[in-house]
Amino acid sequence: MSEVKSVATRVGFGNALKELGAERDDFVVLDADLAAATQTGAFKKEFPDRFYDCGIAEQNMIGIAAGIAATGKRVICSSFAMFAAGRAFEQIRNSVGYPHLNVIIGATHAGISVGEDGATHQCCEDIALMRTIPGMTIINPADVTEANLAVRAAMEHNGPVYMRFGRLAVPVVFDEDYKFEIGKGVELRKGNDVTIIATGLMVNEALIAYDMLKEEGISARIINMATIKPLDKDIVLKAAKETGCIVTAEEHSVIGGLGSAVCEALSEENPVPVVKLGVYDEFGKSGAAPVLLDEFGLRAVNIVEKAKKAISLKK
Amino acid sequence: MDFEAKRELEITACKVRMGILEGVHSAKSGHPGGSLSATEIITYLYFKVLNIDPENPKMENRDRFVLSKGHAAPVLYSVLAQRGFFKPELMSTLRKPDSILQGHPDMKNIPGVDMSTGSLGQGISAAVGMALSAKHFGNDFKVYAVLGDGEIEEGQVWEAAMFAANKGLSNLTVFVDFNNLQIDGTIAEVNSPEPIDKKFEAFNWHAIIVEDGNDFDQIEAAVNEAKTIDKPVAIIAKTIKGKGVSFMENAVNWHGAAPNDELFEQAMAELKAKLEELQ
Repeated sequence: MSEVKSVATRVGFGNALKELGAERDDFVVLDADLAAATQTGAFKKEFPDRFYDCGIAEQNMIGIAAGIAATGKRVICSSFAMFAAGRAFEQIRNSVGYPHLNVIIGATHAGISVGEDGATHQCCEDIALMRTIPGMTIINPADVTEANLAVRAAMEHNGPVYMRFGRLAVPVVFDEDYKFEIGKGVELRKGNDVTIIATGLMVNEALIAYDMLKEEGISARIINMATIKPLDKDIVLKAAKETGCIVTAEEHSVIGGLGSAVCEALSEENPVPVVKLGVYDEFGKSGAAPVLLDEFGLRAVNIVEKAKKAISLKK
Repeated sequence: MDFEAKRELEITACKVRMGILEGVHSAKSGHPGGSLSATEIITYLYFKVLNIDPENPKMENRDRFVLSKGHAAPVLYSVLAQRGFFKPELMSTLRKPDSILQGHPDMKNIPGVDMSTGSLGQGISAAVGMALSAKHFGNDFKVYAVLGDGEIEEGQVWEAAMFAANKGLSNLTVFVDFNNLQIDGTIAEVNSPEPIDKKFEAFNWHAIIVEDGNDFDQIEAAVNEAKTIDKPVAIIAKTIKGKGVSFMENAVNWHGAAPNDELFEQAMAELKAKLEELQ
């Protein structure tokens, strides 16, 4: 087996900013004293005059971004998911969401894979929070390639975009030919017995689960759902119709995230069994990220278990 | 300013006040007190300062205005109407389901509104962002904002103040409508932000105190001083909440309440008498 290259999605975010900075000068980047961690530092280093540090004041940073966007300019602001979506939720809702401004929020260090910093920094609620804002687009890339492409797509998008990146280096799933489109789920493996809809770092786990299920004679369809809002309902409904049951997998609370979005999409049109894998209404804790992913059950083996449960629930 | 120019502004302010009363009475809700206190400030900005065009409200290099104390929407709408952004008759649709005149300013649908506001403390950040945008992208427009005195209890205001000075945003002028009253009482009773000028100065702003923020001469002097300062400027304007309507002046209960028919008629009669006196 060849060695898989691992890179954090936040690196894709930083690389995209740096590349875009070389291509166009019609945007600025904001951070809240975390540039080295969020990877906006890559942009700051190349284009110091186009980078503004807001200091440790995320609420103001969102407002600054809104003001810049209100003058018709593009802006990307960044902090950890906890402090962007969490601390500045109401600023995002009222100053960015309500006026539907072209603000990109690059939220890094999402989920429990933050690791040693522990519960205060492990945001598993951001997707749920952002989903409640009308007109908000939410993108949770699976790997560095998708992260880079998603930032480029967000720069062309009309309206606010919340982008979710991780701290942990995760396996590269997509090659350079991969095409990303906002609002489109991507079928990565064909299958008929069950569909696994995964987002973020759970996409790679889902691909591993595919092989494990295959060995047991179970044919799983794998879908990468990078855009959680607007959800690609067509691909979800098609999967429900053709495979009869669904597993969702996310490094996020099972309350309000991808699993909830899928359930909401299905419940009114074709309510097949959905088994949600995610963080089960609890806080994270300190520890090495891989250990935490094991402990919180966010691994391929857990997806396999959920897939079997979903199949057993089929009528 | 000369006598005639001031008289013209006072006439306009009186009409603005009538629009505020009409709107709030028609809606049976809204915030007359803090609208009436800020009437001269916002009238002066829209009639004497801002580079704007009612025929082209989205003009790219226009000066920007942010009503950070968004609940004073009636005064902003009434000024915009008097300035020609839309018909004054629209004031009677304030807060109604099919009206563009939402309870708080909505930049998406109201001609002339540069920023959606209403959640206190947020408008000033947007204003700072606009000023930063102008500076960064080489535009020469200026940004003005109006904060409430109670509003500056919000921590975000001071995050914005710190940033504006650090980034040298001399194209930003912020009024504090210092009417001394907030919902639960006087600002001293609730959680006084005083001394306001010293706080802004401590954040490396230039602060100007206006003793009578309902007087056009004093507002003009402060705005002219602000233009000469190479820093963000805070103009702390001492105003009278409910100004121009006798029973609303300095009365905390008129922060967020609409007059009944009888009191509305009384208020309008007072304003009509004032208008006739000026004309």
